[in-house]
Amino acid sequence: MSNIIQVGMADLKIARPPDKLMTAGLGSCIGICIIDKNIKLASLAHIMLPSSIQAKNPQNRAKFADSAVEMVIEEMQKQGASISRLQAKIAGGAQMFKFSGDNDIMKIGARNAQAVEEALKKHNIKLLASDTGGNHGRTITFDPETGDLLVRTIGHGERVL
Amino acid sequence: MSDNFNELSSIQLDALKEIGNIGAGNAATALAQMVNSKIDMDVPQVSILPFEDVADLIGGAEKYVVGIYLNVSGSAPLNILFLLPIENACLLVDMLIGKPLNTTNPEHLNDMDISAMMELGNIISATYLNSLAMFTQLSFLPSVPALGMDMAGAILDAILAQFGQVADHVLLLETQFRKEDVDVVGHFFLLPEPESLSVILSALGVNF
Repeated sequence: MSNIIQVGMADLKIARPPDKLMTAGLGSCIGICIIDKNIKLASLAHIMLPSSIQAKNPQNRAKFADSAVEMVIEEMQKQGASISRLQAKIAGGAQMFKFSGDNDIMKIGARNAQAVEEALKKHNIKLLASDTGGNHGRTITFDPETGDLLVRTIGHGERVL
Repeated sequence: MSDNFNELSSIQLDALKEIGNIGAGNAATALAQMVNSKIDMDVPQVSILPFEDVADLIGGAEKYVVGIYLNVSGSAPLNILFLLPIENACLLVDMLIGKPLNTTNPEHLNDMDISAMMELGNIISATYLNSLAMFTQLSFLPSVPALGMDMAGAILDAILAQFGQVADHVLLLETQFRKEDVDVVGHFFLLPEPESLSVILSALGVNF
């Protein structure tokens, strides 16, 4: 019996087949999916913000791109993953609202995407595929068995990364 | 007061509920006049929730909703979000423009429909803010409304991200508007920035 493990906002979960990982309604947030295909161990982190450095409350590491990637690596290593085998797929980082003026807060999606890519690069984790940006929400399901990332949207189709 | 929402006394929570009550009451009246139909409202709820639980209030992160968002600046900055299921938004547009009910198609919204939705959000928010300003003698400067149509979780996270920098919980004042006792029309959320809360409470005279 396979379970679908839900990952909430600012949360991180790890799964093995036949279970799958899912996070619903990603807007400016990003779902970082990392897998060690040799041992079929996968993780999904749902981050909200780019950096824990300026945050007043960095305790919840799964909330920020930089600390979430570090946390994923630690947790996956504990369960036998090898950092050199880790591969990533990411989705999210949309701009949900359009304002006429320039508003940094509203561009959080793009900043999140950039921060995630930098954090992955820093730890030499290969980014296999990404579906970021745009102005629509995404619901994603990550399968540890195949490494497939299913992205569903409202009005913007469905795709597998 | 950063994330110390749990330290709010019951008197402070009641004061927040009361301003919610009056603000939302006026907003419901404005909405009723616009669509020329009776609109009821529930007693407002004040909740302090972890981010991931907010979407559950409106039927889950994947629910297809319309969100009208205003960023309010001034001495007590806050955020206003009016969220309603897409089908309810279309019904309100029908009523507002005077089309037969169920004419507005969620898949083929034209500029007029979108504009009508934003105007709905605008009037509800402005009415609400007027009451709040009257009570607190603070001035509130709302932005132009921004409209999003998508999954509830996606609409919410862009707004909640701003709070993520300083907090793990959000205080929200929620009111549901109903049309003729049955359909839940929409949810009105007022999200004060963490530092605004004590400003508002002081202005209401309940900051002990």
